[in-house]
Amino acid sequence: MANHHAHAVLPDEPEKATLEGKNKVLGFWLFLGGETVLFGSLFATFIALRDQANGGPTSQSLFDMNLVAVATLLLLTSSMTSVMATLALHKKDLKKIQLWLTITVLLGLGFLALEIYEFVHYVNEGLKMSTSAFSSAFYTLVGFHGAHVAFGISWIILLQVSATKKGLTVVTAPKFYLACLYWHFIDVVWVFIFTVVYLMGMIGGKVG
Amino acid sequence: MSAHASHAPNRSGLWDYLTTVDHKKIAILYLIAGGIFFLAGGLEALLIRLQLMYPEIELVGAKTFNELITMHGTTMIFLAVMPIIFALMNAIVPLQIGARDVAFPFVNALGFWLFFFGGVLLNTSWFLGGAPDAGWTSYTTLALNQYSGIGVDFYVLGLQIAGLGTLIGGINFLVTIINMRAPGMTFMRMPMFTWSSFITSGLILFAFPAITVGLVLLMFDRLFGGNFFNPDAGGNVVIWEHLFWIFGHPEVYILILPAFGIISEVVSTFSRKRLFGYSSMVFATALIGFLGFMVWAHHMFTTGLGAIANTLFGLATMLIAVPTGIKIFNWLLTMWGGQIRFPTANLFAVGFIPTFTIGGMTGVMLAVPPADYQYHDSYFVVAHFHYVIVGGLVFGLFAGLYYWWPKMFGKMLNETIGKWNFWTFFIGFHLTFFPQHFLGLMGMPRRVFTYLKDQNLDMGNFISTIGAFGMTIGTILFLINVVVAAKSSKRAPADPWDGRSLEWAIPSPPPEYNFVQTPLVRGLDALWVEKMAGNKGMTPAEPIGDIHMPSPSFLPFLMSLGLFVAGYGFIYHNYVVVVIGLLLTLGCMFTRSVKDDPGYHIHEDELEEKGVKA
Ligand code: HEM
Ligand SMILES: [Cu+2]
Repeated sequence: MANHHAHAVLPDEPEKATLEGKNKVLGFWLFLGGETVLFGSLFATFIALRDQANGGPTSQSLFDMNLVAVATLLLLTSSMTSVMATLALHKKDLKKIQLWLTITVLLGLGFLALEIYEFVHYVNEGLKMSTSAFSSAFYTLVGFHGAHVAFGISWIILLQVSATKKGLTVVTAPKFYLACLYWHFIDVVWVFIFTVVYLMGMIGGKVG
Repeated sequence: MSAHASHAPNRSGLWDYLTTVDHKKIAILYLIAGGIFFLAGGLEALLIRLQLMYPEIELVGAKTFNELITMHGTTMIFLAVMPIIFALMNAIVPLQIGARDVAFPFVNALGFWLFFFGGVLLNTSWFLGGAPDAGWTSYTTLALNQYSGIGVDFYVLGLQIAGLGTLIGGINFLVTIINMRAPGMTFMRMPMFTWSSFITSGLILFAFPAITVGLVLLMFDRLFGGNFFNPDAGGNVVIWEHLFWIFGHPEVYILILPAFGIISEVVSTFSRKRLFGYSSMVFATALIGFLGFMVWAHHMFTTGLGAIANTLFGLATMLIAVPTGIKIFNWLLTMWGGQIRFPTANLFAVGFIPTFTIGGMTGVMLAVPPADYQYHDSYFVVAHFHYVIVGGLVFGLFAGLYYWWPKMFGKMLNETIGKWNFWTFFIGFHLTFFPQHFLGLMGMPRRVFTYLKDQNLDMGNFISTIGAFGMTIGTILFLINVVVAAKSSKRAPADPWDGRSLEWAIPSPPPEYNFVQTPLVRGLDALWVEKMAGNKGMTPAEPIGDIHMPSPSFLPFLMSLGLFVAGYGFIYHNYVVVVIGLLLTLGCMFTRSVKDDPGYHIHEDELEEKGVKA
């Protein structure tokens, strides 16, 4: 309920102050559980197919550590700034929330730009979706993650814009909280991608 | 409180149903849509059986036969029985836990419309170039472009959209059951149907993402030149089998657990006894749910996973028989010494028990890997899964429908027609599927459109087809019963069966806010506890006051319509249409998140039955 006294008496942990808020937070955690199975399946598929280059470019010949390291740095930093936003949420400081989220979004955009550059570069090197089983698995796993990043960025921007009008209330607080949770999740997935796709892909020779 | 409307918005007829977020109306939508798909799937089954009635006939031909078996399996599992389960869950679970609503009413509506449009998309394939024909399991490479036509694209996209709806429905029920129980309704006081809905929802949450990934990969292979399942380019077809069955085996428990829940409620009510071994029932349900995830490779014994893997998966599979056995004995012990009555609901429940037991026994036979090399892909497997899915789940659904129809619609189903319904369906069922065990053992493979004369297969197939007519008559009788009930002017009482759980404490059908006052739960079988204490109804847990309701919305319909349109865009490689569809969906999501919806209140003095019952 949009109660006009809400700003003045915003409770502690405003994201869980109402039953709606509690439901949203729990529902979102469950949703992330489902997302974990989703990415788990994609990872398993990638691991099964990562050496099936079918005569096309292999991960060893393609991957460039510097680019991936910069992208990782951007995304991990953005995770930290989204923690700062959550902390600001608990201090009920909308200005700080907006500031930290803006930085998060910018870092996310930087990451996305690098990823697009990376994909274009690989296509030029002859790695298309249809080149091999490896290429299909690579683009699908990393692309799925990229799509999640893009969705997260749009979501946060939308929240930021509408919060300038609505302010911080028991209705908007859960939304901020969940967006940050989602952003963390994407980050954790990236850590796995970094390890399984890039690190293992660069050092690993043919397994078996 | 002046910030928003205090009256129920004026709605009527079709518009009401297109915009409703009331879980009881969504239940009716699920029931109608699922029922229509059930009839479509049944018609397909009848055609399959007619084609196989005599050896070497050409009633539908091989191509159509492949489409029929694919669509029959897919339709029945995803578009008929799952939605009917969701219908009962929607109608009953919030009532059984004493809640005014589900956790996310809007998402609830969205889940329905996604399922609906996904199902419609899939079925339009019949008119748009041919239905999918690679089997309901859509095994690759058979399902790739080289071997299958455009129908599989409909399969991939239709199931994707419908599956999304199921997934969010599952999350909704999990949150509802965890967060919205009435005061005193502890987990160990929850009725078994709610418990099984809870575990089923958990299974949905962890099983459906696996098929989502499988479908995405298959879609990429078929539409965008991916190579996941193309061995020529390094792809691996066994990945599809794993993804499909990591979803598919839990799915069969997603189907059967709610039926177990229904049987528990019905058997206990009509024995006038509390359920025997309630806590062991809860434990067994959870254990079955867990083991359901551990056994998927028993569908792949003949794939060549090796002796060790086969042994482990075989043993894990047999373990499931233990909790299942516990359940069967508990039902029998519930009836033991009870004052048993046999209205149609209980006939179906009692018919369920031996039938399902037979299905479980053939299941354990299939779980022996060396023996499975003999049974696999034969009619024996067809007999097994129909014993559990029809003899188990569909009997359970009929029991549930006869039991809860008065609560859902405020009208009783006719008992005389009901008994005819039961006997024709029951006898028809056994005639259809019992001979299939022997057909399988004698070597008849599944999924072939005909067989040769004089190989000892003629008689079994003939009887099987006759049985299918029996089930058809049973189904028609049910439809007649529905019409008769709708026409009758007699209203069902609040508690027609002398029930035990909370849903019987409120009028039939319930008012839109369910409980005037949230009830206080003081034990297992909450209503029975009060009846035994000599009370007229539940003790309220709160004073009478205004009730907050969510507003209806057209967005769930539009959102799903967007994906429906985008689906055709993908199938026909028309990316303008894809963009239009996705923009519609995203636009609706945008509107939803920007516009806060405060809902409305029903005022104290508008409540229908002031304070009489909880
Ligand atoms: C004690 C319980 C059960 C055991 C031990 C069991 C075991 C098995 C095994 C080993 C197979 C694979 C046979 C083959 O393809 O060669 C199988 C197939 C199947 N089972 Fe069960 N099962 C059990 C219960 C159920 C239940 C409760 C359901 C559904 C509600 C079910 C539905 C199916 C289906 C649909 C298939 C065939 C899938 C296909 O190939 O299309 N089973 N079962
Ligand atoms: Cu199975």
